[in-house]
Amino acid sequence: MKILHKEILGQTEETRLTKIEVSAPDIAGRALPGQFAVLMVSEQGERIPLTIVDCDKAKGIITFIFQEAGLTTKLLGKLNPGDSLYALAGPLGHPTEIKNYGRVILVGGGVGIAELYPVAKALKEAGNQVVTILGARTKELLILEEELKSVSDELYVTTDDGSYGRKGFTTDILKEILNPRTREPENPRTNLVYAVGPIPMMRRCAAVTGGFKLKTLVSLNALMVDATGMCGCCRVEVGGKTKFSCVDGPEFDGHLVDWDGLTKRNAVYLEQEKHICNLMLK
Amino acid sequence: MRKEPQEAKERDASQRINSFEEVVFGYSEEEALREAGRCLQCKNPVCILGCPVGIEIKKFIYQITQKDYQGAYFTIREKNDFPSICGRVCPAEYQCRQTCVLTKKGSPFAAKEAINIHFLERFVGDYGMKNNLPVPLEKCTGAAKIKVAVVGSGPAGICCSGELARKGIKVIVFESLHKLGGVLRYGIPPFRLPRDILDFEIDYLKKLGVEFVPNCIIGKAKTLDGLFKEGFAAVFLGLGAGTPSFLGIPGENLCNVYSANEFLTRVNLMCAYDFPKFHTPVNIDKHVIVIGGGNTAMDAARVALRLQKMSGITPDTTILYRRSEVEMPARRLEIEHAKEEGIKFKLLVKPEEFYADEKGFVQEIRCLECRLGEPDSSGRRKPIPVPGSDFKMPCDLAIIAVGLQANQILTKATPEIKVDVWADVVVDPQTMETSLKKVFAGGDIVGGEGTVIEAMGMAKKAAEAILKVCSA
Repeated sequence: MKILHKEILGQTEETRLTKIEVSAPDIAGRALPGQFAVLMVSEQGERIPLTIVDCDKAKGIITFIFQEAGLTTKLLGKLNPGDSLYALAGPLGHPTEIKNYGRVILVGGGVGIAELYPVAKALKEAGNQVVTILGARTKELLILEEELKSVSDELYVTTDDGSYGRKGFTTDILKEILNPRTREPENPRTNLVYAVGPIPMMRRCAAVTGGFKLKTLVSLNALMVDATGMCGCCRVEVGGKTKFSCVDGPEFDGHLVDWDGLTKRNAVYLEQEKHICNLMLK
Repeated sequence: MRKEPQEAKERDASQRINSFEEVVFGYSEEEALREAGRCLQCKNPVCILGCPVGIEIKKFIYQITQKDYQGAYFTIREKNDFPSICGRVCPAEYQCRQTCVLTKKGSPFAAKEAINIHFLERFVGDYGMKNNLPVPLEKCTGAAKIKVAVVGSGPAGICCSGELARKGIKVIVFESLHKLGGVLRYGIPPFRLPRDILDFEIDYLKKLGVEFVPNCIIGKAKTLDGLFKEGFAAVFLGLGAGTPSFLGIPGENLCNVYSANEFLTRVNLMCAYDFPKFHTPVNIDKHVIVIGGGNTAMDAARVALRLQKMSGITPDTTILYRRSEVEMPARRLEIEHAKEEGIKFKLLVKPEEFYADEKGFVQEIRCLECRLGEPDSSGRRKPIPVPGSDFKMPCDLAIIAVGLQANQILTKATPEIKVDVWADVVVDPQTMETSLKKVFAGGDIVGGEGTVIEAMGMAKKAAEAILKVCSA
């Protein structure tokens, strides 16, 4: 659980995207793309899930990339190489189904780009034609562009403020690629869209692909406590059925997710979060 | 003339709802002597038949009357490694106290006159703890080099560990959470089982040489196959009934609708009652509705009421249950305590739907009234909803405590282990061995939800069989 390496991948005045490498031989030995781990920074801390971005089985090291947004991620960002996490367990959740789908479009937004990377790498290795669309708020917060370029056949970048790549949203490009009037006619049909990022982005992606009846997987970031199927905090309605993101997910069919419910449930503790951040980080 | 039963002193209800301090104080020496003196020392002590681990109740009570508390302690320890825990959480009124001759035959739970065996057990256990009585180590049977893996550190896991460690087996316990104790930690609130007691009993196992590995999810971080490759001679699965059931009614996934497991885990394990010192939050609001009639429902309601009080909200917590009070599976003492503390009971009602405010938070609940029909497969009278009897109640926080199912992380990763339709592990009832050789199971993962001491009973049986495997 010792942090071996730390790197700031991107930052603005209000937030940072941070990468840490942690010693965790058991998890590294068994983790697959799409899985996550749950960690605690201190004995008083929360349990939070983070996607396993990379793992070095031989050295027993796993990599996390996180945005310093709430109290726990900010405290995690204060740790340095040599420090240890208080708790770390995994790998959790179902791994992504990796196979040759043909042509796949991968959409990553914000820190979700980190979660996209292991999936993109595995899909490329499985022989897929990989089209990647990355979205960030601004140039300073765009991460892993080179890494994803190396595993993609095509790569597009958008920023909300137009400071890099195309100004606009990932869905603008997604629409163009899929729309019969704008798409490159020689490209084969897309067989899978995989989206991970902020809820509004995943929701918009699913709305776009819904029109094309295109299989769309989304990797949800529901709130969790134990993350082992014990509490049901992360439950989300998928196709009218209650699912636990931690053990049934984290990937679900984007066309069946109850996005309103998920959005509301993820906002349940916003006030407490604001309060504790003001209290602890001043 | 028959003497009156000795009551155990309790923290006053108006005081105890301000904190998570223990409710029952337990017997003083004089009180224990008085209660022990009431025991008839029957020639045929039927109370023992009611104890899932067969504690020699008659003998330890006699030792109390002789003020031989140390002797009494070791008498209990012979059969039960955790007297301070069981003395607090055992539903004695359905077990030893129900079979006590002072309870009339055939009554659904113990008579008030039945000997308060659980309070005496607790007195003896706490005596041992306070006086740091040495661990009676049995002679190693030459098995010291043999390793056994125990999965889960709840009641079944710790009991099996103790049994094996005392025979000189090297036991390593794998726990998925960051703290040890399983349901004793995340489920049972500190006002029923103080954390120093739980820590003491777990430390006792460490003194026996048991090693604990928290944060390790067997089935994920390691497989059973991997454990055998690491050289473990056998594996015991004390996985628990970890997955909460829900009602399956509209609005169940609204904000502020919790499973009891989530609500209690946030408070008991993550210490949300001490937010922001501890960083995990939990919500509390003005009108709390708890659905269910078991111990978990009582615990959740009593925790909610304390949180209301501690947050300056006028306590208003109501338990809704489909049947009547007699059918409630909770310990009678917990029901009494809940009532004393001001929990309201609304019986014979069936929740139908939750309604939300504009932000998606639960605001109201609609229920149907029920009447009792014929007994069902559980032997309890079946609740029958009365059509057209709908009514609504304000509800800005709901806690669903309608039971638990098997956690399937390990069994799904290990399809060789046979499970039944409820996903519980199927075992040979004689040995507790699963369909996978040298893998044993006990506790709630076998046969569904039971009590702490029932889990321990199964774990002891499994430990005996594991010892045979180890000496073979």
